[in-house]
Amino acid sequence: MTAPTLDSLAAVLPGLVLAPLLLGVINRTKAIFGGRRGQPILQTYYDIAKLLRKGAVYSRTTSWVFRAGPIVTLAAVLGALVLVPLGGAPAVMSFPGDLVLLAYWLGLARFFTVLAALDTGSAFEGMGASREVQFSALAEPALLVGLAALVKQAAAPSLAGAYAAITPQALWTGGPGLFLVAAALLVVYLAENARIPVDDPNTHLELTMIHEVMVLDHGGPDFAMITYAASLKLWVLGSLVVGILVPVRTGCMAADVAIAVAGLAALAVVTGIIESTMARLRLVRVPHLLVAATVLATLALVLAWRHAA
Amino acid sequence: MSAWIDTLMVALMLANLALLCSSRLRMLVRVVAVQGLVLGILPVLAEDGNVTVRMALLVVASIGLRGVVFPILLLRTLRQANVRREVEPYVGYTLSMLFGVVAFGASLWIDSRLPLTGQAFSSLAVPVAIFTMLVGLFLIISRKKAVSQVLGYLVLENGIYILGVSLVLEVPLLVELGVLLDAFVAVFVMGIATYHISREFDHIDVDQLDSLKG
Repeated sequence: MTAPTLDSLAAVLPGLVLAPLLLGVINRTKAIFGGRRGQPILQTYYDIAKLLRKGAVYSRTTSWVFRAGPIVTLAAVLGALVLVPLGGAPAVMSFPGDLVLLAYWLGLARFFTVLAALDTGSAFEGMGASREVQFSALAEPALLVGLAALVKQAAAPSLAGAYAAITPQALWTGGPGLFLVAAALLVVYLAENARIPVDDPNTHLELTMIHEVMVLDHGGPDFAMITYAASLKLWVLGSLVVGILVPVRTGCMAADVAIAVAGLAALAVVTGIIESTMARLRLVRVPHLLVAATVLATLALVLAWRHAA
Repeated sequence: MSAWIDTLMVALMLANLALLCSSRLRMLVRVVAVQGLVLGILPVLAEDGNVTVRMALLVVASIGLRGVVFPILLLRTLRQANVRREVEPYVGYTLSMLFGVVAFGASLWIDSRLPLTGQAFSSLAVPVAIFTMLVGLFLIISRKKAVSQVLGYLVLENGIYILGVSLVLEVPLLVELGVLLDAFVAVFVMGIATYHISREFDHIDVDQLDSLKG
């Protein structure tokens, strides 16, 4: 395990500060596509600030699990953020096999969101939890196999090493493997962050919600934590995609990080475009999409394997 | 150069997967057409851009048939026969896709065991060829519609073509044209047969042929 240096702060600080901005960019893109002016681009910050000032109401049927849910979720997503490199900046923590830990941080966050949802005893939340677990069980192989393909291709055992090995030149001459991984991770990014075509973040019908329905009973600071954790998750999975597609290395770390952040903003715009132009998939078709992502990641892994052999 | 060929190979592979998981007949026809186009360019890249008249002729004939004539014939059959749009598979789409992964693994294994004399221009060429053939066979046995069986046959033929191009670059012109002519006649006859089946029985569901057994 490499010791964290001051440089690696550059990989984490932009995430901590700018993550809620991505949601604003997505919403603004959707508003422009819909011919509306849209909410302020900083709306998520206002929401979080407002929620933090409020008190929380807890149902008498809930237990400590319900209160622990948002805290553990936020902590787990922060744990994931620490593992992901951004631009040229190294991740704060990096050791062989850290991609497995990344998948499990995200898994822990999801597990506690689901537990808190089940703890309320609401039928709707149970349904949302069931769907969330079903879809993420299919998305997780895609994430793990995709990252494994990256690691195999770079012949470096850690995430930071794998992403450092991706250069513009490798992207052009290394064949299509990297693009396959990027496509698979993009699907995981959309599915895990409850975006269209898997889930609609704006839906107001409990029957069709997946992620939103699980957090209906949370309020005040708890919901602020959930919102912040959701935007951090968007940032973490987004930077996995951007790390592949925008591997620009200028040599100056500040510039690299700025380019990566710009890439994330561009990805948010792309997400907004996808959401504006696509319809949500029928629930029975979603597993189909996720299996396709896993298949793409598997192909990339096989290609990387043959490349190494 | 090799990166380009590898990209084409992966494109062929993705087309195979798309064939396994798409549920609309028209979509299937289009994907087979795209696969035919990609196949057509393959010899040009394999020869490193040294185009001879003979090869140009073959490329044009192959692209014209696989990418234009076959799709038009099949789409016309679909229109005339008033087929429902769904593929109606015996094996579900997700399972089909998993079959795709297994089949690709199997073709990699077969490739490693196969004592080939020639040297393929890309290490992926032979596995992709075998994979395409397996997918073609799978389409033939796992889908109900007669049209998807024609498509399966075409995909199978595409696989054989990849194998031929990758191993023996200098296939005699006559053989090559003969194969193309065979495929053309087959698609033509099958298109007409499908049309007549649907006229006679109001559907092209080959499942019903079982009841013909005594």
